[in-house]
Amino acid sequence: MIEAAGISKRYGRSLVVDDVDLELPASGLTAIIGPNGAGKSTLLSMIARLLPMDAGQARVAGLDVAKAPSDELARRLAILRQENVVVSRLTVRDLVGFGRFPHSRGRMSAADREKVEEAIGFLGLHEFAERFLDEMSGGQRQRAFVAMALAQDTDVILLDEPLNNLDIRHAVEIMRLMRRAADERGKTVVVVIHDINFAAAYADRIVAMKNGRIACQGPVREVVTEPIIGEIFGLAVIVREIDGQVTCLFQK
Amino acid sequence: MAEASTLVDRAIGRVHDRNVQPTCTSDGGFAENRTMLLALTALALLAIGLFMTLGARGSWAFVLSYRGTKLAAIVLVGHAIAVSTVLFQTISANRILTPSIMGFDWLYRLLQTALVFSAGAAFTVTIDSVLLFAVETAILVGFACLLYGTLLSSHARDIHRLLLIGFVLGVLFRSLAELMQRLIDPNDFVVLQDLMFASFNTVDVSLLGVAALVIGAATLATARLLPTLDVLALGRDTAISLGIAHRRTTLLVLALCALFVAVSTALVGPVTFFGLLVASLARSLVGSRRHAVMLLAASLCAVIALVGGQTILERGLGYNSALGMVVEFAGGIVFLALLLKKGTA
Repeated sequence: MIEAAGISKRYGRSLVVDDVDLELPASGLTAIIGPNGAGKSTLLSMIARLLPMDAGQARVAGLDVAKAPSDELARRLAILRQENVVVSRLTVRDLVGFGRFPHSRGRMSAADREKVEEAIGFLGLHEFAERFLDEMSGGQRQRAFVAMALAQDTDVILLDEPLNNLDIRHAVEIMRLMRRAADERGKTVVVVIHDINFAAAYADRIVAMKNGRIACQGPVREVVTEPIIGEIFGLAVIVREIDGQVTCLFQK
Repeated sequence: MAEASTLVDRAIGRVHDRNVQPTCTSDGGFAENRTMLLALTALALLAIGLFMTLGARGSWAFVLSYRGTKLAAIVLVGHAIAVSTVLFQTISANRILTPSIMGFDWLYRLLQTALVFSAGAAFTVTIDSVLLFAVETAILVGFACLLYGTLLSSHARDIHRLLLIGFVLGVLFRSLAELMQRLIDPNDFVVLQDLMFASFNTVDVSLLGVAALVIGAATLATARLLPTLDVLALGRDTAISLGIAHRRTTLLVLALCALFVAVSTALVGPVTFFGLLVASLARSLVGSRRHAVMLLAASLCAVIALVGGQTILERGLGYNSALGMVVEFAGGIVFLALLLKKGTA
């Protein structure tokens, strides 16, 4: 579903993403982990055509992201960045409605409205649907943006650190929703995430990045091990299985 | 965990068991702002009525045609400034920058001067004033897209830096224009002065027809872009994610801005803060962020301010040339207030 070949990005002299090859199959949840500055968000942004790449090629659902028309890509690929412009006096329902833009071009049909309501319901935002975004807490707002990405109804959903600003309950909620989107609707979800335990608990596969390269990738149990995580973050860690859940702790 | 699970399930269950009645938002936000828009329209019509009739003496045919020309020019200029400001604020993602603050007006002035300077007055006098206007407008659109397109697409877009760059550019264009005016042959300067004499009181009416045409076409183009503009206001990344060809659309909107600015500058000369004044006013009056509503409200506010202001100052108080000053004064205060509030998004 996502194929990247030889992608590189350079800012001045530093190579932020260094000749990365990545192939992700259709459906399933992939988590990209790694220390700050490893190039995770940059890689995701390039795959989502938000950032031009200096070298390489990326294809999403068979479309070359650098060449395919943006509106055609928008019906196959949704991306949610960490920071979003919060337009004042915009309600949650209006925002989620924008998710239908690639399909409706601004003229919403009954089917479009249904999708909007479904996404609002999926995120549990019904009681906030008429609230203005600038009057909501960071967590609620984050959920509204996730709802917009879901309403876009694409096969591929890319999320750049969606758990920022969220408390543990809402973070769990978002990850469960993403898990369900992958399981029940066959979506291909890629999440850049800082918390290794969230990645370990919900992802099918983990891509670990360091210094602009993919250091290791594979199923959770193969990647989340003491030597690999320790090497990637340069820190001694303890990995244990607690109640069947792979858990990673730092060593104090 | 269990609690979160029930929360999610409840939320999903709600889709099925609740009879959802989504509010209608596809009308572009007109319904919820109907009263305000009607009130603004009524005020604008009242201002126009008073402007046309107040203190009229002598032949009505003469009064109406004389004032009508002036009214048409003022309405066109107000609409052009209002729309160009809202458009520019959308693509630059803030509420402080306007085309005039970024130096568009003075760029146009500079082009006018440079044309007379390099081609000579003989050329500018012999060619048709409409053709001259068309040439100047085309050059302005090209330059504006090149210069501001580059500025706005650079990744580090800090509003205060853009503001500073805009002011410096404005001063630069102005100084260059004035320098050329000093160097120019005195005979040529007379021609140039004629071109630049325009103000709210001495509207250049020879261009009225073509101005109306240009503004009509640009307004139609803007109307077609309305849904896209709403998406553009969500910011670059979200707009791209929703399938907008961001760079191309930004350049297109910039070109439209330049068209509007060219017309208003040609008719009444540079006006720095008026656009900011009406755009902020419209934003505080209507509750919708839909461009259809915002553009209409801004345009109506501009007509009310200009026509109403001109009526009061000219007929009521007997000041003939103060409108520009009053408008700039009020706009300047709004600008300072916005800067202090750091109103960004």
